[in-house]
Amino acid sequence: MRLNICNGTQKFMLNKIEFLLHLADNALIIGHRSSEWCAHGPVLEQDIAISNIALDYIGQARNFYQYAALRLNELPPESSVFNLPATEDTLAYLRDANDFKNHLITELPNGDWAFTTLRIFFFSSYQYFLYQQLIQHEDAQIAAIAEKSLKEVTYHLRWSSDWVIRLGDGTTESYQRMNTAINALWPYTQELFQENNFLQPAKNILAQIQIDWNEKIKNVFEEAGLPLPEKSIQHKGGTQGFHTEHLPIILTEMQLLQRAYPNCEW
Amino acid sequence: MQNQQDVLFQNKVDKEIRIEPKDWMPEKYRQTLIRQISQHAHSEIIGMLPEGNWITRAPSLRRKAILLAKVQDEAGHGLYLYSAAETLGISRDEMYHQLHTGKAKYSSIFNYPTLSWADMGVIGWLVDGAAIMNQVPLCRSSYGPYARAMVRVCKEESFHQRQGFDILYTLGKGSEAQRKMAQDAINRWWWPSIMMFGPKDDESPNSIQSMKWKIKRFSNDELRQKFIDVCAEQVKVLGFTLPDKDLKWNETRKHYDFGEINWDEFWQVIQGNGPCNKERLEARKKAWTDGEWVRDAATAYAAKNKAA
Repeated sequence: MRLNICNGTQKFMLNKIEFLLHLADNALIIGHRSSEWCAHGPVLEQDIAISNIALDYIGQARNFYQYAALRLNELPPESSVFNLPATEDTLAYLRDANDFKNHLITELPNGDWAFTTLRIFFFSSYQYFLYQQLIQHEDAQIAAIAEKSLKEVTYHLRWSSDWVIRLGDGTTESYQRMNTAINALWPYTQELFQENNFLQPAKNILAQIQIDWNEKIKNVFEEAGLPLPEKSIQHKGGTQGFHTEHLPIILTEMQLLQRAYPNCEW
Repeated sequence: MQNQQDVLFQNKVDKEIRIEPKDWMPEKYRQTLIRQISQHAHSEIIGMLPEGNWITRAPSLRRKAILLAKVQDEAGHGLYLYSAAETLGISRDEMYHQLHTGKAKYSSIFNYPTLSWADMGVIGWLVDGAAIMNQVPLCRSSYGPYARAMVRVCKEESFHQRQGFDILYTLGKGSEAQRKMAQDAINRWWWPSIMMFGPKDDESPNSIQSMKWKIKRFSNDELRQKFIDVCAEQVKVLGFTLPDKDLKWNETRKHYDFGEINWDEFWQVIQGNGPCNKERLEARKKAWTDGEWVRDAATAYAAKNKAA
């Protein structure tokens, strides 16, 4: 299946740029959260593993931002809402929270190791199926980034699946903590499959991704002996710029130096 | 006979034959190495904290990725070093216990706070620079596993030092505020960095035996002088100054003279009274305690699966 984004007109180009920013924001914000574990992990080997995952996410974000910047700089200035010329850093550091298009699930605080690994499991399952679609994208650059990232995501998915299974089937405490994490995170999962303006052309693939995702979750939960949650309320809005209170706090911290000392090289 | 074994051992060391885990070694040699290697491993792990502190605030995505990779390298160094120490018959859990109870020490430099982005530059340039000066000779340490671990550690450390220098170089070419930020960081880190070489030679009780065993190759004062000579030149390239009014080239000695180190501060920080001793140790203890249920679950799962 192909993403059928037309890039013939500026409007469609803006759509594509928004889509790139959405992909980049997701990777950056979950990368930021994952990086918070660096030096605080439960065991040294896992500290290294999650730092590595954070690095992968930041790398993905950079690739998508750089490509978005390239496309943005080709547009006539009046059609853009961003400071031009754009770079990966102006896009990451000089946009406000309501410009960010990441899914809410990526911005929630880390919680414990159960919450953290389950979040990465839910999110990397989504990324895994999404990138498999994107490697067939008509835009060769998007396809290439997806292909490179898919190798990383395949590892993230395996690593996080292993943790969900290990904690689900570990001790009574780890089982309970995993259950608590499921209940806390489930209300943020369905947003991953919600269509919106810039994802509109991807409508069909999102439906398919959701089917594959559900299957993956079901299989891993079964092996872990964890219950699938009942239907619950679902929080949405991240892709439209309506975020939780956590995102502005992340950005305050992340953007500190770029905002405090404008126009500097670092 | 113990005495004869001692002689044979010293002969091997003198001939630069590496001592390996299964070889006979004097108990004091083993204990000295455990102390030194575990202290080094703890320093890597504690050292992740002051820099880890700035990952989420790094000023560009490139700097963020480099810093994260750097702190992750330090975790890797900790891992090789704990493994090297384990070959001497101590477990990683025991070493952690010694760290958490304050029995084992770690490098005092990490008890100083990181207050601005420029501190990331200075830690790379000065702290990693001093570490390299100390560690390059350890690649020829008489104990095989330690020497081999250090080869890899030193390669990565030299990359870390360059990234630190590069941060400062960029700040030096930057705005007035950036230059001020960098000079302030150099002022705060200079003296603690040169304290990293340890007490003066005549106050360093373990040094003589360690030199004889070739665990150590150069004295504290020799390495400190070498480091100061290098930094006094590099700081000119950066366009900053070192906060020592007595620092000047001595044509007779062919070395830089430098001012008196505040040894009272040095001993205070070693004794646990530095600005961040408590926070650093608490952060490590918290990570360990919070992670207990995770480790228990992993062990329980592994046991179940083995049984199945």
